[in-house]
Amino acid sequence: MTELRGFYTLWLREVKRYLRDRTRIVSSFFQPLLWLVVFGLGLGSIVRVAVPGLSYQQLIFPGIIGQTLLFTSMFMGISVIWDRDFGFLKEVLVAPVSRFTLFLGKMIGDSTDALIQGIIVFVLGIVLGIGIDPVTFLAALPVMLLITFGLVSIGLTIASFMGSLESFGAIQSFINLPLFFLSGALFPIPNLPDWLQVAAKVNPMSYGVDALKTIILGGAWQPLQLQPLFVDLAVVGVFDLIMIVIGTWAFTRMK
Amino acid sequence: MKFRLVFGIAFSPLLFLMRERLSLMLACSVVFRFLWQKLEISLNLPFDPIAGRESESMTHIIETNQLTRSFNGLMAVDKLDITVESGEIFGLLGPNGAGKTTTISMLCTMLKPTSGSAKVNGFDIVKEATQVRKSIGIVFQDPSIDDRLTGRENLYMHANLYGVPASEQKDRIDRILKLVELDDRANDLMRTYSGGMRRRLELGRGLIHYPKVLFLDEPTLGLDPQTRDHIWTYIRELKKTHDITIVLTTHYMDEADRLSDRIGIMDHGKIIALDTPPKLKETLEGDVIMIKANSLDALSALVAEKMGLTKTSIIDGTLEITVHQGKTVMPRIMELATQNKIFIDSILLREPNLEDVFLHYTGKMIRADSGRELHGMSAIQRRKIR
Repeated sequence: MTELRGFYTLWLREVKRYLRDRTRIVSSFFQPLLWLVVFGLGLGSIVRVAVPGLSYQQLIFPGIIGQTLLFTSMFMGISVIWDRDFGFLKEVLVAPVSRFTLFLGKMIGDSTDALIQGIIVFVLGIVLGIGIDPVTFLAALPVMLLITFGLVSIGLTIASFMGSLESFGAIQSFINLPLFFLSGALFPIPNLPDWLQVAAKVNPMSYGVDALKTIILGGAWQPLQLQPLFVDLAVVGVFDLIMIVIGTWAFTRMK
Repeated sequence: MKFRLVFGIAFSPLLFLMRERLSLMLACSVVFRFLWQKLEISLNLPFDPIAGRESESMTHIIETNQLTRSFNGLMAVDKLDITVESGEIFGLLGPNGAGKTTTISMLCTMLKPTSGSAKVNGFDIVKEATQVRKSIGIVFQDPSIDDRLTGRENLYMHANLYGVPASEQKDRIDRILKLVELDDRANDLMRTYSGGMRRRLELGRGLIHYPKVLFLDEPTLGLDPQTRDHIWTYIRELKKTHDITIVLTTHYMDEADRLSDRIGIMDHGKIIALDTPPKLKETLEGDVIMIKANSLDALSALVAEKMGLTKTSIIDGTLEITVHQGKTVMPRIMELATQNKIFIDSILLREPNLEDVFLHYTGKMIRADSGRELHGMSAIQRRKIR
């Protein structure tokens, strides 16, 4: 019961902090907007999409949602470093709650924030005229949340090892971009050369993006699918579990 | 048929009785269980959620046994043996780097001892860390609040982390806010608070789960004199209203002197003196005479030779002599100086303070940057003890 209340209060804190940070929310519109409008229309004007009935912009839309989730989730790790710098981490670390609860509260709180970012991109897509029906939207939400769990866990784990904001930022860009480019967010994986396909297939992010594409693009995506939806979700789920175990371990050794 | 009827008639009262008995027993057990629950609830007082382990040893709320912590071979805390009585304010006094914070960190289960053991509220700090954590409140040396939450939100968060029942949270938080006089600012973001206000909120926060022991690590570090005075008042107030034991570390002499019931003077990871502030001052045998003169070394040698006053030290061009009865000794020193053609510029008598006590035991000033060193016999004695 104490653990449950501890979890709730840690979750609430992350969400409250996020919702109070207006600049973060407003600025979060910007990057996806650039990708969807400038990159989507720009590159779309010179490439012929291999999927009939879809514009390039539509094709990358699920990928851009995935990218937003990826970047936001990884960035969330920074809260660990902030908490340490501002001293708040100590208050939490000496509290009589288990490190697992502590990790889970922070992780799911941050995932909630990342999910809100993802929803913002969704709304952006609707405004830009990418046809999405409400059922698709609702079906995508749990998948988005599932994707963020593992990613936030990576961010938190790395941050718990990092001493400063600078080194965290450096490691971040080192991990973010390969995960993003190799996730098939911008191009279908089956059309890639073999060696690149291998790289994409070991990237857990690919399965998250594939799941999002399957749900959002529907039948049109079927022929280019990496794996069936349930396999995608299973891979992401197992990855989440592994990352949660690693993250809890990382939090246990934190002082 | 006939048999069954006879049997039935013969045994029916018995059966009836048995059924009665059964229901009576059932009723009894229900009542008993109800009473037991009541008893359990009344034993588990809301104001006292963490009961101690062994009642007979509870006068010692903290006990350390050869508690040691080293960092890469450097002894931060060296075989510490202290006991803290239930209900007292215990001060750990020492210069920066003496091992005060390391000691507190171990007692708060944040740091594992290299060797030795300690018990807080009857619980072992290593094996029963969670129980210890529930028994204590901590105010860290550095700020540890979330400045993007309001004061009240910070308190709610703490209450939830420490498992304070939801039904009591609002009431307790309101009372704490009133106690530290922040009720009018409770709904403002912490980042709008001043340093003193943050400190007060942290003090209050440490009390929300009704801890048995409150640890204060340098509670007034970096605050202005007025705010320090304010915080001292709160600390005394907290002790009075909440009936808890307070362990505080400080490198401010006046703070330790004014707040503590007992003081442990710490240096190089060891307790070198432990007593009440008045008793500690008594060990100094008296007053300090401070002299400015043209030839301090000569005067220092003279008073040692002719008057047997060996507790002398020279700090920043002032000769300090520790004596029994300052008022009667002072004229004789003047006389001696004049006879030997030493010109005294000024002479001053001072009652001893903890600073002198510290100097007496460690042979140096509490602030390491000061060039104060012991001269004469007491320095030699100290060095022998080391």
